[in-house]
Amino acid sequence: MSTVKVITGNHAASFGARDSRAEVIAAYPITPQTQIVELLSEFCADGTLKAKFIKVESEHSAMAACIGASAAGARAYTATSAHGLALMHEMLHWAANGRHPVVMANVNRAMGPPWSIWTDQNDSLAQRDTGWLQFYCESNQEVYDTTMIAFKVCEQVLLPGMLVLDAFILSHTYEPVEMPDQELIDEFLPPFDPPYKMDLKDPHAFGALTTPEWYMELRYLIQEAHEKALVKVREVEKEFGETFGRHYGPLELYRCDDAEEVILIAGSTASTTKDAVDIMRKEGRKIGLARIKLFRPFPNKEIRDIASRVNKMIVIDRNISFGNQGIFFNEIKASLYQTKHTPPVYGFVAGLGGRDMKIDDITGIVKQAETCNIEEILWWGVKL
Amino acid sequence: MFVEVRWHGRGGQGVVTASELLAGAALAEGKYLQAFPEFGPERMGAPIKAFTRISDGPIEIHSHVYTPDVVVVLDPSLLENPAITEGLSDEGKLIANFSGTPDEVRKITKFMGRIYTVDATRIAMETIGRPIANTCCVGALVKVTGLVALEQAENQIRQMLESKIGKKGTDANIEALRRAYNEVRS
Repeated sequence: MSTVKVITGNHAASFGARDSRAEVIAAYPITPQTQIVELLSEFCADGTLKAKFIKVESEHSAMAACIGASAAGARAYTATSAHGLALMHEMLHWAANGRHPVVMANVNRAMGPPWSIWTDQNDSLAQRDTGWLQFYCESNQEVYDTTMIAFKVCEQVLLPGMLVLDAFILSHTYEPVEMPDQELIDEFLPPFDPPYKMDLKDPHAFGALTTPEWYMELRYLIQEAHEKALVKVREVEKEFGETFGRHYGPLELYRCDDAEEVILIAGSTASTTKDAVDIMRKEGRKIGLARIKLFRPFPNKEIRDIASRVNKMIVIDRNISFGNQGIFFNEIKASLYQTKHTPPVYGFVAGLGGRDMKIDDITGIVKQAETCNIEEILWWGVKL
Repeated sequence: MFVEVRWHGRGGQGVVTASELLAGAALAEGKYLQAFPEFGPERMGAPIKAFTRISDGPIEIHSHVYTPDVVVVLDPSLLENPAITEGLSDEGKLIANFSGTPDEVRKITKFMGRIYTVDATRIAMETIGRPIANTCCVGALVKVTGLVALEQAENQIRQMLESKIGKKGTDANIEALRRAYNEVRS
């Protein structure tokens, strides 16, 4: 029988790693992530989880340890946030380029200075080009579920994956989380069995110097693996849904069937947006939500599908690429270039540094999109 | 039903635990719930808030609570703070850990809705032996709002506390909950 616990998003991540049977965990504490590895260290100490917990002196070392473990054939897990993720940056490339399917939870936290511990998406989106898969979660249940989905997809395509949850709004909020029978999870997620690993009896070189003659081919293979990952995410999420009854998908559509306009957003604000959509629907507005769960690989097909059915797209970014625009906004526009049906796309930057995103903010943004100038960056709620 | 509860207290008084306790009891009754602290650093002794949402249907909203239906104050020294009644309409309920009457609380807070008092610090001293008012305040809230059954709150206390503080301490907390349930004044 499955059990339901009332737990924080952080602990949902810990239980997700436990039930995915992570074998090596190396991590360094950072607010607001610390509780994830705290609980995992307890699981390791009391034998609930048969994993090696490696204490390290920095996030850079945490990722290095996970890469080593993964190269040796272990299922490796870590968690971090913001500045910790930034410090890992070099090793993030190493994990992806070395094709080590490490899974990591990143609690979305704004980058300093000024010092902030509250949520926005710039920390994870700054790692866009490292080769990691990125999954943005909306609820604690999804954090738990996505941990095993990420391990399964990542191990099939030999790429690392990051599941992302909002600081405090998920990390420190208690919600009910259903945890299925371990037997069912084990069936869904069999042990990690890499085609190559560090093995004294069958030695291989890992990450050796590669001349211009072959480097590009290895990059081609990573891109190919990302394309395969997109197919795998769809398949694995479908299988997960059939097994456990919860289905998310790379782009989750909410009330989009007859929608004339659609809001695109990632993270926990998407769930608040569902309530906002319900309210606007009651007022007769044909509006829907397309929640971006998967950022890398980017679900271009799904984005183009929904674009072809609506007259207006409103993207809400809890991030900004300085000197240009919101990052999801840019990605979505690029996705639509030279497609047959390209509706106007409005990009709003909102909720940076944990500024609360209320139902009123969402309905306000939709209203402002009726009259605003599409050529400009649309800042929402800035007091300047 | 969709009810939002805001808890006020000081860091170290078990404010977040109270919000979590109510949430757990609501889950046991098949309701949907969400509980969270005020986002940010928590310091021992500083005023803090926590929130519980309880609903018959799934809860999608992930923003802060601005217009609570019920406010619970765990520390009487906070009653003068205007933050206590912020966003609380006259239709709402205010439950205070306070040794005096609801009328006295009305004079302090100027709140015009329904006010309930419970001498939670005294009850906690007599049962638990420490001035920890959180389980008492949950008892008062259960009586006043009927959001969950008393026995469900008792089960939840046992589930949350027994492995941490042992049977004796847990029993004392359940006794505190029951006494507050019976002694809350309107």
